[in-house]
Amino acid sequence: MKMKLLTAAAAAVMAAAPALADLVIVDTSYRTGPYAANGIPFSDGYQDYFTLLNERDGGIGGEMVRIVECETGYNTEKGVECYEATKGEGALVYQPLSTGITYQLIPKATADGIPLHTMGYGRTSAKNGGVFNWVFNYPANYWDGASLAVTHIADQNGGDIAGKKIALVYHNSAYGKEPIRTLEGLAEKHGFELSLLPVDHPGQEQKSQWLQIRREKPDYVLMWGWGVMNQVAIQEAVNIRFPMENFIGIWWSGSENDVKAAGDKANGYKALTFHNLGSDYPVYADIQQHVVGAGKAAGAGDQVGTVLYNRGMYAAMLASEAIKTAQEMSGTSDITSAQMRDGMENLEITEAKMAAIGLPNFGPEFKVSCENHGGNGFGAVSQWNAEAGSFELITEYYQSDQDVIGPLVDEDSAAFAAENGIEGGC
Amino acid sequence: MPEQLVFAMEVFLNGLMAGVLYALVALGFVLIYKASGIFNYAQGVMALFAALTLVGIMEGQVPFAHLINAMFGTEIHHFGWHVPALLAILLTMVVMVGLAWLVNTIIFKHLVNQEPIILFMATIGLAYFLEGFGDIMWGADIKKLDVGLPQGINEAIDEVTYGIFDYGFFIDNLDIVATVVAAALVFTLIIFAQYTKQGRAMRAVADDHQAALSVGISLNFIWVMVWSLAGFVALVAGIMWGTKSGVQFSLSLIALKALPVLMLGGFTSIPGAIVGGLIIGVGEKLFEFAIGPMVGGATENWFAYVLALVFLVFRPQGLFGEKIIERV
Repeated sequence: MKMKLLTAAAAAVMAAAPALADLVIVDTSYRTGPYAANGIPFSDGYQDYFTLLNERDGGIGGEMVRIVECETGYNTEKGVECYEATKGEGALVYQPLSTGITYQLIPKATADGIPLHTMGYGRTSAKNGGVFNWVFNYPANYWDGASLAVTHIADQNGGDIAGKKIALVYHNSAYGKEPIRTLEGLAEKHGFELSLLPVDHPGQEQKSQWLQIRREKPDYVLMWGWGVMNQVAIQEAVNIRFPMENFIGIWWSGSENDVKAAGDKANGYKALTFHNLGSDYPVYADIQQHVVGAGKAAGAGDQVGTVLYNRGMYAAMLASEAIKTAQEMSGTSDITSAQMRDGMENLEITEAKMAAIGLPNFGPEFKVSCENHGGNGFGAVSQWNAEAGSFELITEYYQSDQDVIGPLVDEDSAAFAAENGIEGGC
Repeated sequence: MPEQLVFAMEVFLNGLMAGVLYALVALGFVLIYKASGIFNYAQGVMALFAALTLVGIMEGQVPFAHLINAMFGTEIHHFGWHVPALLAILLTMVVMVGLAWLVNTIIFKHLVNQEPIILFMATIGLAYFLEGFGDIMWGADIKKLDVGLPQGINEAIDEVTYGIFDYGFFIDNLDIVATVVAAALVFTLIIFAQYTKQGRAMRAVADDHQAALSVGISLNFIWVMVWSLAGFVALVAGIMWGTKSGVQFSLSLIALKALPVLMLGGFTSIPGAIVGGLIIGVGEKLFEFAIGPMVGGATENWFAYVLALVFLVFRPQGLFGEKIIERV
């Protein structure tokens, strides 16, 4: 009798539980709160790409992807709670989309053996895979961004920017402060004058900073902002008539959301990017057919093709390619998080691969290795076309100054290794 | 005149303008606290909700469109019309009056005579509910708000100051409009409170609920009226701040800018909110200008609170607040 009851109970549990797929992807999203306008398109893109693979291809390597979404509200404590609550699901990789959450998760994920992919954010020196075994920040990081911006300015000035004035308007947080060391190094190398203008969270009031810019008349302004700080900064730049083509934001300050409030006068504003823009790629037709059109989109389906949707989709594409690599390496389709780490460490993105999945020329080619978890630091500059209502690429992809960044990565990762008693090495 | 002094004068003027914007948010807190003793944690979210509603009405956005589409498989987003700004503002006010009635009927009517901390907790709940409700109703995307207010440098001030100081001052046209609107708002509120029947009733309720009840003043009516007025002030603040940054959910955080103003000006004084706003605005901007570069900048947020604390030490009830004396 007892056996019958147990069997019945087990059968009931199995019938009630959802069918568990084998590849678990956790989406630590933020669809609520002050940063929701940015969190929603990224999360939609991230999830829609995996849904596309499920619907069109039957998953990855024959295994369906199960997406577990957890709302962080861009709050570090909630992000850590999400990690703790979902890691037991068998998560293969985390993409926190927050530098604050990333810093908290680095020791936890390392201890738990789950890789983090902090694409274009997080701790820059995680590029050194010898120290940060479980953290990846390919294809580019903040220091690459700082260098790419300075290279673009140099290109605009015939290669000579000695004596030029460059101001950095930055979010007064770990994220915003990341590029300072690199910019100081580049200022020394190129002879430009750097001024630093921190903006306190959330950045709704920036009058002091922009009055200072108006007084000191820098030739260029760089911006490391997020959320409302971006919109207010662009509006204040318009107000003081700062030339928009000399105002360059990092990739987190370069979405449609950031320029919308300032209207037509934001025309010409520039932002860096490490992936392409728009929706003129074959994969979007598939997303429309298999995901949005089929009513399976993560959101309302109204974000497809926006800058941050593309970024979320690109992150999902890189994760899925790492899964494929891991499956090939391990000879099993049902991979573990440790095998996922190996897949990420051996990931190679080529033009042929991107073309085959319907994203030709969508981003730079790069190869990850144990020594280099950060890619090759290629990026491009985009510019806002207010009339067309879109950002457009205005340069080819070019590489950051590895001579400056390399030693900084080594120095910072060595300090982390010393603090945490990590021997390092590949 | 030394260059730094000229710059300081420009910073001073901009500090005054910023202070007016802070005061606009603080006014809403004062109105409700004065009439009901409630510290309304939801005032910032009310500004957000009012601005969201205004843009939604202006753009002909279908409320709850995402929810409706998800439930019924429809694809509706807009009614297809655009409402003129003035009419949209009036319609938004109707919504805010409705919200005031609902808040009073559903929440505060049942909490009469409760401890202030209970009322405060209720407003925290209201804030989070209203934020989520606004999200579901209007969506979380950033919306451009254009009710026709001018923005950008004021040419006349630029030219005049250039003629005098050989350096043109930057004053934002939007800040000038905000100053005029705030002045008119405060004047109207003071006239209303001093010389109208409802205003006097509001002051009576503020002085003593039970005494006001005993002479036939309807507590419900007064509270709905005060929450409606606070809703109107929230709408004005939402328009000014939303024009600067677009209407987005971080708008609710402008309440943080009002707290030091309230600490300094007092929770019960309408002129106190204005004077407090001006002192905070000028103080934080001048401190950032003079000391900021020496300490790495970004001093404004914390300095506003330091300034308010200094005033509190000498005048705990704020500059214009009523001294609370409890006799045993």
